[in-house]
Amino acid sequence: MKDITARALNVAQVRGASYADVRVVARDTQRVAVKNGKVEAIQQDETQGLGVRVLVNGAWGFAASARLEMREVETVVTQAIAIAKASALVKARDVELGDPIVNKEAYATPVKINPFLVPMNAKIDLLLRADEAMRRVVGVKVTRAEMAFVRENKLFASTEGSLINQEIIESGCGIVALATDLRTGEVQVRSYPNSVGRHQQTRGYEFILEQKLDENAPRVAEEAVALLTADQCPSYDATTIILDSSQLALQIHESCGHPIELDRVLGSEAAYAGTSFLTPEKLGRFRYGSEVVNIVADATVPGGLGTFGFDDEGVPAQRTEIVRNGIFVGYLTSRETARQLGLGQSNGTMRADGWARPPIIRMTNINLLPGTWDVNDLIADTDDGIWMETNRSWSIDDKRLNFQFGTELAWEIKGGKKTRMLKNATYTGITPEFWQSCDAVCNEKAWVVWGTPNCGKGQPPQVAHTGHGAAPARFRRVRVGVIR
Amino acid sequence: MLGENKIREITQQVFAFSKADQTEVIVRATESALTRFANSVIHQNVAETDTEVRVRVVYGKKIGVASSNDLSPDALKRTVETARAIAQLQRDDPEFQSLPLPQPVRHVEAFVEATARYTPEQRAQVVGVLCRKAKAQNVVAAGAFSTTATEIAVANSLGVFAYHPGTYADINTVMMTETGSGYASFTHQDARAVNVEALADEAITKALRASNPVTCAPGEYTVLLEEYAVFDMLNFFAMLGWSAQAVQEDRSFMKGKLGEQVMDARITIWDDGCAPEAIPLPFDFEGVPKQKVTFIENGIARGVVYDTVTAQREGKASTGHSLPAPNTMGPYAMNVLMAPGDTPKSELLKTIERGIWVTRFWYTRPVHPMKVLVTGMTRDGTFLIENGEVTQPLKNLRFTTSYLDAFNHVRAISRETRLFYNDWGGASRVAPAMVVDGFRFTGATQ
Repeated sequence: MKDITARALNVAQVRGASYADVRVVARDTQRVAVKNGKVEAIQQDETQGLGVRVLVNGAWGFAASARLEMREVETVVTQAIAIAKASALVKARDVELGDPIVNKEAYATPVKINPFLVPMNAKIDLLLRADEAMRRVVGVKVTRAEMAFVRENKLFASTEGSLINQEIIESGCGIVALATDLRTGEVQVRSYPNSVGRHQQTRGYEFILEQKLDENAPRVAEEAVALLTADQCPSYDATTIILDSSQLALQIHESCGHPIELDRVLGSEAAYAGTSFLTPEKLGRFRYGSEVVNIVADATVPGGLGTFGFDDEGVPAQRTEIVRNGIFVGYLTSRETARQLGLGQSNGTMRADGWARPPIIRMTNINLLPGTWDVNDLIADTDDGIWMETNRSWSIDDKRLNFQFGTELAWEIKGGKKTRMLKNATYTGITPEFWQSCDAVCNEKAWVVWGTPNCGKGQPPQVAHTGHGAAPARFRRVRVGVIR
Repeated sequence: MLGENKIREITQQVFAFSKADQTEVIVRATESALTRFANSVIHQNVAETDTEVRVRVVYGKKIGVASSNDLSPDALKRTVETARAIAQLQRDDPEFQSLPLPQPVRHVEAFVEATARYTPEQRAQVVGVLCRKAKAQNVVAAGAFSTTATEIAVANSLGVFAYHPGTYADINTVMMTETGSGYASFTHQDARAVNVEALADEAITKALRASNPVTCAPGEYTVLLEEYAVFDMLNFFAMLGWSAQAVQEDRSFMKGKLGEQVMDARITIWDDGCAPEAIPLPFDFEGVPKQKVTFIENGIARGVVYDTVTAQREGKASTGHSLPAPNTMGPYAMNVLMAPGDTPKSELLKTIERGIWVTRFWYTRPVHPMKVLVTGMTRDGTFLIENGEVTQPLKNLRFTTSYLDAFNHVRAISRETRLFYNDWGGASRVAPAMVVDGFRFTGATQ
């Protein structure tokens, strides 16, 4: 493929590009899904192509094609150049990227068991066992179990001299039990290890085996059925909640990860994903959370779904402080936006969804660093509150301030003990007030790097795979419950 | 564009490589381009050419599916072989009977050459008008303008061959002042139909009017929902309720309600893949011609959409609403149209003594599927209505309300409708504006 990247860069320079980069990407996806005791889907998809990004007359153009042929390379580059020239018709100033970045390296996700070499039968058997274990529970209406594997090989080359080869491998899995009661119109769902289909990491099949889907299946199904008759979560104007690590991971994603994307902050996403309340004058001085809140963007953490060697501008993966002792101290940046705000070099968060989309600023692994509490001690220390577990619904405004989340399961906590199961729990708040009310974060024993394989952003739409390290944490004075 | 002959050739190549009892090929070719602008300049400008070939092979009752976007004979052969290998590892699917037999598919004209040939310069020209008009009014323009040409073909070894070329243009803009914003969008098969002046005026006028908003206490209000908001509601009904699979799994509000009044008597909603005023697709991803399916007729629940599997479970025929195999989502209503009312949109306001004008919803998510209970935010133009007039701009509000309840508390429906295209679902919707009583807002923002 190096001949293709070399040709693309050469044509771009000859046709007047002041900068160009090209990515040749091949992505294989394998998915196995089981439902109600039946193998519902086995599919293997492959997609490949090249995407060319050029700067001409100080403006960006991008074109992409699935045809990896020399003649097509010229067509795609010519198209990108024409698009850049059109962009320059409506520009304010020339794009500046700062100092050249040159890397000639390779990176591959470390895996113990290559998931694409594991026999399909082993995958099907494991999913069917988990599905069967859920179906044995009386009252369950629908059961699902699935695995997904991704292998992405990409070659990045730029006119600055970078040439980077990467192979990223992801493994994900999950089970779901749905219970319904037509008399009451109640529908309840329980998922494991995470909702929205699955939990996923940049690891091999060893990750799947560690999840012990079949061992957890009976509990998951029993909880779904129990929720049908559980008490409705009461409403409180202000109470204490403890979020489990998976729900907290999504809280971090929505209320920290998105508002620190510098393209949003600078208005590039204003018409679609929105802007951000974390405006530039707040950098280094705004109290985002309490003293116990420490958040980093870390593209180097092992297994994170946002872990890689280099971003899609060829910038090395980094660990960047975002919130230090509650103070907002860092953004996710690209070469262009870092330069625009005078933040030095990009911290390497430009990521593209495959070959057909240009890179935009995306989360890597946005991690809430572990605190000091044991989970049991934290519950024991809570007189009156609600434990909320596994996301069921999520919504947040376009500045990332006003949020509302619902969880699949909740437990009332009285006198330091979980006392009764609650259904349809929701909580709502304003981002900085919420994080400032955090008074305890659990320690590394309960810390998990959760994977979010479905983060949507951009026009045309792009789906990113992001990671979020979190341990359970406690929040005070939170509004709970809006369902009636 | 590949053209019908080239696509037919691809499907024939696949059939030649396949030794399966039955074989299905879906070819989806796309040429799309999108110009994105923010801060009143173009900041992202892209084009993409892609073709996916998806192969489903059937051995007895074992099924395998594989796809690739490499059209070389070697790659097509490899894709067939991958599908075969998967099928051989499969368990029997007791529900599978056969791929569909050929049925006549209606031809629907939906391809506009001018849209397919729209250039980056033409898009820049349109965007330039938006940005210039914004600057003249001291507001900031953001948005996106896309033009897309697609070819979809479904063929199977039983003789099905259905081919449909189509185009659409979609433009949206958010205009912003320091403290407020306004929105406008337009979708059409023909990119030349974009009236950029009107689009700019709609969004700019609203942005200026939305400046310096005040806080409004949450509670139940009568709301004027513009077409943009009703579009979101139709999406949720289609996703949560109007699929046979949702009904069969006891998670649809339509369960057990056919023939009963479930919405206001003025509500009629249907799916029509051949409707020329939407973005048509006259067949589904099994090559079955799309039937017109009425969901709600004068408020009465009438039906849901089926694919082959869900139809066979009930001894019915597919309505032509399958998604590509292997489909775990079930059938899906891709072309939902809601009947207009008899009130001019300009007069909807007059029906409201005290209420809230909602331009559009944002980040809406289901909270309870059977109740069609949804939470989300208002965005880009929320106003207080007093005595039939807009009196003040409001800060955005969070709502947690049942869309089903809302469609049961209708005060008026506009005579005008708008066409929308949903990027994430690949679906089109036609929606009017509505006035609804008792809409429940549960929180305010800063």
